[in-house]
Amino acid sequence: MCICAMHVRAEDHNREQMKGLDEQVQEVKSDVLSIAADLNQLEEKLLYPSDTHLAVFISLAQGDTLRLDSVQVQIDGQPAARYIYSFKELDALQRGGIQRIYTGNIASGQHQLEVSLTGKLASGKDYSHTESFQFTKEIKPKLLGVKLAGPDSGKPAIELGEW
Amino acid sequence: MARGLQGTFAVALTALALARTTVAGDLRDLYFGEALYYAYQGQYFDALQRLDAELAQHGRVDEPELDSLQYYIKQADFSVGDFELRYRMHLRAGRAIKAVLDADVDLPVKNEAAYRLARIEFQKDQPGDALQALGRIQGTVPDNIKDDVEFLRANVYLALGQPTDAVDVLKRLQTAQGLKGFAAYNLGIALLQSGHSPEGVRQLDKAGQIDSRETATTAIRDKSNMVLGSLMLQSKDYTHAQLAFDRVRLEGPYSNRALLSSGWADVSGQAYEKALVPWGLLIGRDPTDAAVQEAKLALPFAYSKLRVYGRAALLYGQALDSFSKELEKVDASMRSIRAGNFLKALVREEIQHDNVWVVRLRTLPDTPETFYLTELMASNDFQTALQNYLDLEDLHRRLMAWQGGFAAFEDVIRLRRANYEPLLPQVDAHFRELDSQMRLRLEQRDHLQKRLQDILTAPRPALLATADERVALEQVRKIEAALQHSSGAEHDTLQARVQRLQGVLTWRLYTEYPERLTQAHKDLHQLNDDVRKLQEQYTAYVRARQAAVHSYAGYDHSISRLRTRVGEALERVDMLLARQGQLIEAVAIDELNTRRQRLEAYQVQARYAVADSYDRALKEHATGDKP
Repeated sequence: MCICAMHVRAEDHNREQMKGLDEQVQEVKSDVLSIAADLNQLEEKLLYPSDTHLAVFISLAQGDTLRLDSVQVQIDGQPAARYIYSFKELDALQRGGIQRIYTGNIASGQHQLEVSLTGKLASGKDYSHTESFQFTKEIKPKLLGVKLAGPDSGKPAIELGEW
Repeated sequence: MARGLQGTFAVALTALALARTTVAGDLRDLYFGEALYYAYQGQYFDALQRLDAELAQHGRVDEPELDSLQYYIKQADFSVGDFELRYRMHLRAGRAIKAVLDADVDLPVKNEAAYRLARIEFQKDQPGDALQALGRIQGTVPDNIKDDVEFLRANVYLALGQPTDAVDVLKRLQTAQGLKGFAAYNLGIALLQSGHSPEGVRQLDKAGQIDSRETATTAIRDKSNMVLGSLMLQSKDYTHAQLAFDRVRLEGPYSNRALLSSGWADVSGQAYEKALVPWGLLIGRDPTDAAVQEAKLALPFAYSKLRVYGRAALLYGQALDSFSKELEKVDASMRSIRAGNFLKALVREEIQHDNVWVVRLRTLPDTPETFYLTELMASNDFQTALQNYLDLEDLHRRLMAWQGGFAAFEDVIRLRRANYEPLLPQVDAHFRELDSQMRLRLEQRDHLQKRLQDILTAPRPALLATADERVALEQVRKIEAALQHSSGAEHDTLQARVQRLQGVLTWRLYTEYPERLTQAHKDLHQLNDDVRKLQEQYTAYVRARQAAVHSYAGYDHSISRLRTRVGEALERVDMLLARQGQLIEAVAIDELNTRRQRLEAYQVQARYAVADSYDRALKEHATGDKP
């Protein structure tokens, strides 16, 4: 009985302390998020100024059953990004998330983007596809959205959207 | 939740898990999609960072209705609150959702916001505020949250000590598929708390027999049976207590406690032989489990009641050995925790990828300090403290990386300055030269354009004369002037020739005027094209010139400010990390101390009982009695 009473008192004390700390942790999280926002802005301004900013995003067509393994991106014939997807990342893409696969700088004018994907189809067969696109970089930042789909979906395997 | 509801009769809240956020259709806003990409992976800091930036950007644009986030703005506002909630930032999440609630939005959106706010208030142990938030729900509630809203309302009533109101709500939820087991169990608890014990017991009996293969539902079914069994035991209805404990699965989280209680139900009904079965099974299980340790004393107790003193003495002896070993284990665990190994084990990267990583900790051979703490680690308070510790660790890592990044930023700036500064004066001088030439040409173009515009209303063919024609006209004018001062026989002939020449030129200027005017406009158009290209080049140069300067100038203040903020945040994070770590260790050591004291008490009991059992065994042997 005595052990229990002491234990309950200690638990109450600990719970109070945890509650107090929890509020402080929430405050520091808020501060760090605000720093992250400012840092992000500084980084973008310094490293990717708007006149040369290029970002490439990857998404999966809605309801597609393709099990995406990897994506490779080349810009003007030069490798820009290569990504191998984990289960969690693939799940995030399948649920409608969009991955920023590449951020970099590029001069204004005409350019070429080549996207290659590898994966497995619902039947278990290996699948790979490559496609090239032309795009124009203007003065404003260029955002390219690449939507991927398997051959069973009836949609284009690799579709490019510009923002 | 209210403290009064904790313990045996705690209500079930598991079904209040947040709904999965999914986006229907193809996303039109890439950055919102990116925030979701991180959120779906449980990386809420990154998700919030991106979504905050996107929302701030949306707030800054001149025409927000043209911004791609406009299509998802309500969802994005909700998502911020959701992500904050999942990142355990209840204070901020509440503010975000309150903002939606106070905004001019549709009723279904307001209702959902009110529900989310109520859920936050409830999680913050503020059931009064939660009820107030639920009161803001009006009209039709969306089907996907209808049952959850009512379940939350019932739990709020229970937390406020209004079980009768909770009963009314929970009765209506008995057919809700998503709440199977939970609504039934909570109704049982609400009935008990409202003083309707027979009905409450019947309801718990019902909840304890729900058919399901869902992990959460089977766990709540086991819990119902545990509570029911305990109630039956208290009211000395051992048969029904036995029935309830027997319904608890043998491999669930309540199985050890059920086996132990089942034995006690038998013993209470003086069925000592029957108690041997569950306790005999239990003593072979995990020796660190409290129920197993109690069974090690309970089993020989049952044997002694059956007057099998020799067996009882032997089992008491085994229990003594086991308690000694466990005490050593507890001491080793305490030493290990004090050496900081517990925190090290908790932050091990490889196990955190697993959903049940706290349980998995026990399977790691080099984490003995966690053996006694599974139950503690599964508790809500401990999980919050642990998650905060892990979040602080993550913040520490980020801040350290950012702090290191400032030097790289400064390096980039220094190199850019060194590259551009010597070049810019020459470039600027050359540009000034070109700029003045360009301005002159532009003035000329404007002059030509004006003249052409003028002759459209008042035709002046002479203005469209070619250079040769202008020379010829000038010569004719000079000859004509000279002829005015001359006389003689040839004067008239010359005058006539001059007039003829003038006539030829005038004829040509007037007859070719329409074609010349058209051609002049074409030429002006061509000139305008060239001017436009020139101006584009000019603008591109000005922009490039600005970009060159902007690439290294004006960063010093913001970098220095950010460096200070990062340094201050790092100090705070480190301080909180240390406090949180100490608290986790203190809680773990408290728990181990309690277990240690209990083991010591068991040891004393076992020592006394082993001696007593040997005495009795010897006496029986001497008198030749048989059990």
